[in-house]
Amino acid sequence: MLSRDTRDPAARPRLLLSLLAIALLWPGMRLSELDLSVLLASDNRGEMGRFVATFWPPAHGAEFLELLWQATLQTLAIATAGMALALLLAIPASLLASRALSLSAASRAGRPSQWGQLLRWPVRGVLIFLRSVPEIVWALLFVRAVGLGPTAGVLAIAITYSGMLGKVYAEIFESVDQRPAHALLQAGSGRLAAFSYGILPNVAAELLSYTVYRWECAIRASVVMGFVGAGGLGQQIDLSMRMFAGGEVASLLLTFLVLVLFADQLSRLLRWRLA
Amino acid sequence: MSLHLTRVSLTHANGVQALRSLDLHIDAGEQVAIIGPSGAGKSSLLNVLATGLRPGNGELQVLGEQPWHLSARQRQRLRARIGLVHQAPPLPPRQRVITAVLAGKIGQWGLGKSLLNLVHPLDVPGARAALARLDLHDKLFTQCQQLSGGQLQRVGIARVLYQAPEVLLADEPVSAMDPVLAGHTLKVLCEHAREHAVTLVASLHAVDLALAHFSRIIGLRDGQILFDLPASAVDREQLDALYANEQLQPSPPPVLPLSVQIPRC
Repeated sequence: MLSRDTRDPAARPRLLLSLLAIALLWPGMRLSELDLSVLLASDNRGEMGRFVATFWPPAHGAEFLELLWQATLQTLAIATAGMALALLLAIPASLLASRALSLSAASRAGRPSQWGQLLRWPVRGVLIFLRSVPEIVWALLFVRAVGLGPTAGVLAIAITYSGMLGKVYAEIFESVDQRPAHALLQAGSGRLAAFSYGILPNVAAELLSYTVYRWECAIRASVVMGFVGAGGLGQQIDLSMRMFAGGEVASLLLTFLVLVLFADQLSRLLRWRLA
Repeated sequence: MSLHLTRVSLTHANGVQALRSLDLHIDAGEQVAIIGPSGAGKSSLLNVLATGLRPGNGELQVLGEQPWHLSARQRQRLRARIGLVHQAPPLPPRQRVITAVLAGKIGQWGLGKSLLNLVHPLDVPGARAALARLDLHDKLFTQCQQLSGGQLQRVGIARVLYQAPEVLLADEPVSAMDPVLAGHTLKVLCEHAREHAVTLVASLHAVDLALAHFSRIIGLRDGQILFDLPASAVDREQLDALYANEQLQPSPPPVLPLSVQIPRC
């Protein structure tokens, strides 16, 4: 009796799960060839130290600042244009893929009909395909197709992000209370009207904050894609790194920090306005 | 014949049989109250009449049409002529009262007009008039989340008044109001129904309100009609039989608003 009362029934599963996590982590470290001792080898350390030492002072020549300004604008433009194109595809796709617009669910206590479920699968499949290929791979493809420059970056962001936005939008639509929309459908309204009166008011803040967050990700992605020649800040960082111009790299990274901070503040402002 | 049920049965997804082979005829312009113990099937009956739930067996006729034999498009057109007041009106918390009321007519408006109305209310006087009858016109531009339960119920009623349907169904429309307000609100509903020759069916848990405002009373118990009489003919004995041996059951837990965390990739 006493032993049963002192034993926590959750203790054994917790211990087993911890051991399992460690057991899985070890082969992962081996497979990824992670070897932290490389960082401490003296010649590597010296090499890195010399490069990092050139970071100060950050480059601030008038000519370079002009170049930086242009690159920043280009990065913002790539991210924004890519997001705009992605939204064009993501919004209709999310409406098609989401159960939130199901007319049959309104009169079946929230369960859509089998046919509706079947028809939603191809759309989900398209969204999965769009986001399963990373944007850097699309960028490499498009650099071959349309040549070096921002166009490749815009197209790559548009394709990958439409998949992500479409999937998450569809899930956000389904995660809120469906009864307002069902009540409207039962009063004879069309699907889109019921959606915009019954679901949109509940999801607006969440949609907006996710979209701004994705825009921030798009800025970062456009920098990464710059390395494969898709323009913007990334291309500039690539050039500066190759020339071992540490000061320029530092300025570029600082710009980058400011951009992310800016996106964060924008998101906060919009959420505060909508809350 | 406005509403016509022939041997209608309804079984919910969880296996509970809510309606058992029910026959009911309600003529156009009638004002009917449905009373009965909780769990008797009042809400299920109203949802079947509103074409919100499809009956398992039997035949349903609303406004001369069989809704479940129509195409989806025709059924939506029929539904725009039926109004249902919900016990707890499902309104988005951040929606403004005016939008919630004007939403009553989006079944009759086209998509373009509905979307335009969402960003710029098109019929402020209409919404104000509907709310004024329920003494709520000062709340026109407040958000629904700032209203009390009774005020929300009145917004739900104002929406249906604005919809101006030919059949008006109300599921416990005054359950969250104090007795005086409940009486006033039912009077407004009945007056509206009389003025516009609307068929009115309301379920109520307060028997005295039902007897005071409605001419025909239907007693529902275990998914069957126990009595169907003019209000003057309902006596104590029948009411005792209707509510007899009502098992004391705790009220169902309040439905918590869903807040699901979406994993972000």
